[in-house]
Amino acid sequence: MDIRKPARSSQNERFRPSLDGMTAHANDLAVDVRGLRKRYGDVTAVDGIDLGIRAGEVFGLLGPNGAGKSTTVEILQGHRDRDGGEVRVLGADPATGTRAWRSRVGIVWQDESAPAELTVRETVRHFARYYPRPRDPEQVISLVGLEAKADSRTKTLSGGQRRRLDVALGVIGGPDLLLLDEPTTGFDPAARRRFWDLIRTLADEGTTILLTTHYLEEAEALADRLAVVADGRVVAEGEPAALRERYGTGATVAWSEPDGTARSTRTDTPTRVVAELTHRFDGEIPGLTVTRPTLEDVYLSLTGQGDPR
Amino acid sequence: MTTTAAAARAEAVSPRLPAAWTLGLHRGALELRQFFRQREQVVFTFAFPVVFLFLFASIFKDDVSGAGVTASQLYVPAMMAAGIMSTSFQSLGISIAIERDEKVLRRLRGTPMPPAAYFLGKIWLVLVTGALETAVLLLVGTTLYDVDLPSSAARWFDFAWIFVLGLTACALLGIAISSVPKSGRSATSVVVLPFLVLQFISGVYISVATIPDWMLTVGALFPLKWMCQGLRGVFLPESARVLEQAGSWEFGRVALVLGAWCVGGLALCLLTFRWKNRRDG
Repeated sequence: MDIRKPARSSQNERFRPSLDGMTAHANDLAVDVRGLRKRYGDVTAVDGIDLGIRAGEVFGLLGPNGAGKSTTVEILQGHRDRDGGEVRVLGADPATGTRAWRSRVGIVWQDESAPAELTVRETVRHFARYYPRPRDPEQVISLVGLEAKADSRTKTLSGGQRRRLDVALGVIGGPDLLLLDEPTTGFDPAARRRFWDLIRTLADEGTTILLTTHYLEEAEALADRLAVVADGRVVAEGEPAALRERYGTGATVAWSEPDGTARSTRTDTPTRVVAELTHRFDGEIPGLTVTRPTLEDVYLSLTGQGDPR
Repeated sequence: MTTTAAAARAEAVSPRLPAAWTLGLHRGALELRQFFRQREQVVFTFAFPVVFLFLFASIFKDDVSGAGVTASQLYVPAMMAAGIMSTSFQSLGISIAIERDEKVLRRLRGTPMPPAAYFLGKIWLVLVTGALETAVLLLVGTTLYDVDLPSSAARWFDFAWIFVLGLTACALLGIAISSVPKSGRSATSVVVLPFLVLQFISGVYISVATIPDWMLTVGALFPLKWMCQGLRGVFLPESARVLEQAGSWEFGRVALVLGAWCVGGLALCLLTFRWKNRRDG
């Protein structure tokens, strides 16, 4: 994955021009959100979210269920109104998005339904007609790996295949920005890997991608940058590695006592702990491990779900 | 490979948005394809009015005194009107509610498809299925129940405009009522009950001569009564006019009421149409 990313950013430069012209946005942000707010009755779903997504990047919106991710994405799609805040998506306010604007934003929803009685090919070909500059339907079908199912009706597809059809419909218009809401929920691990490859391919082509997920490994595998959302607010934002570094201080040292009891301690000075143990055991420490916090630990503590060690 | 493909796509096609009319034609073709692939739906949509015509026209077949027609003959135009309403009002009311519930509408709204293309597609679907339904009923009526095809070009013309105006008015009402049910599951009951009631008070199942006046007055507020009346005027002999409430076919009034419902129905659709479910805010 680390090998891919530099290659991707060099390609992005070449595709920037597609964002020029009608959108020449001063700060070159594909998505610019400031102070976004949304309430449902008494419940505040989004409580002042700021987001800046640069053209060409893959941005992950990470958070537990009910954190406000989907609401945020739906507002960016123009499918939900907001109670407050500034929102610019490709230079326009989604609430008043024109047809031309819609043609540049691809959407993959959390729950989807493509027409059950149509085949994959019919569906993709038909949706291509809506766009001024569609991609080649056959190319899109093979991009999502549905060549073998091209003439099957949607209702006969498996969940994962249907999801890939959703993605095909999301990218058929050749969007500058792709919004994916929980795209891999319900996938088996192999299908998830294939889906990640697809997202990387799209990113390599220069599509700006915003994806929400509650799978941490997914965010880490795909996102150039991510924002962790909890209770309708952004609690942390940055590159995955930087987040881990900033919030993931300390380490856990674990070992076994001579009677076999497992012991562990959390410390900012793991080397000293190990030195003390070496001294105590006078040599090899049974079952010794030293672990730095994973992104998952960081995430859990940020979203207030971590176990209070 | 991806680089060249993307570059080619950027240059080759002009960036003009496709026109609503053209997309409406494509959507119409797509709607028809989807409709005819659901065999169950096809069979029931077309069979329902035919079965009812067969039942009613076979049970009640005596001569209607002084009108020069049989009861069976009365049922043919009545069932044709009900058939037009079922292929438009009932099928759109239910199918759009389901499409909304299953987020098909939201998905379309997320594309640059102009809303007019969606409605045009529905109109094509309804025109084709409505014409087929009417043709089937006409075939049954002329072969089994002694109904004659319109005798003059003027009567064919009346037939045509009653069909088009009635279908349009009912289709628009169907689109409007599709916003009423909270979910796709409740759509059938929400749509079928008012349709059934209207069929009883508009002279479809029961002759207008038998229905209490106040019921007929309520029925007269809606298109179905006028569609039945107009079609009786097209297919029945002049002698049957005596059965009408007004003693005449009132073609002018039929046109006026159906035309008004087309305008009013359109306004209702524009005011109430929702692309998403109520609970989706």
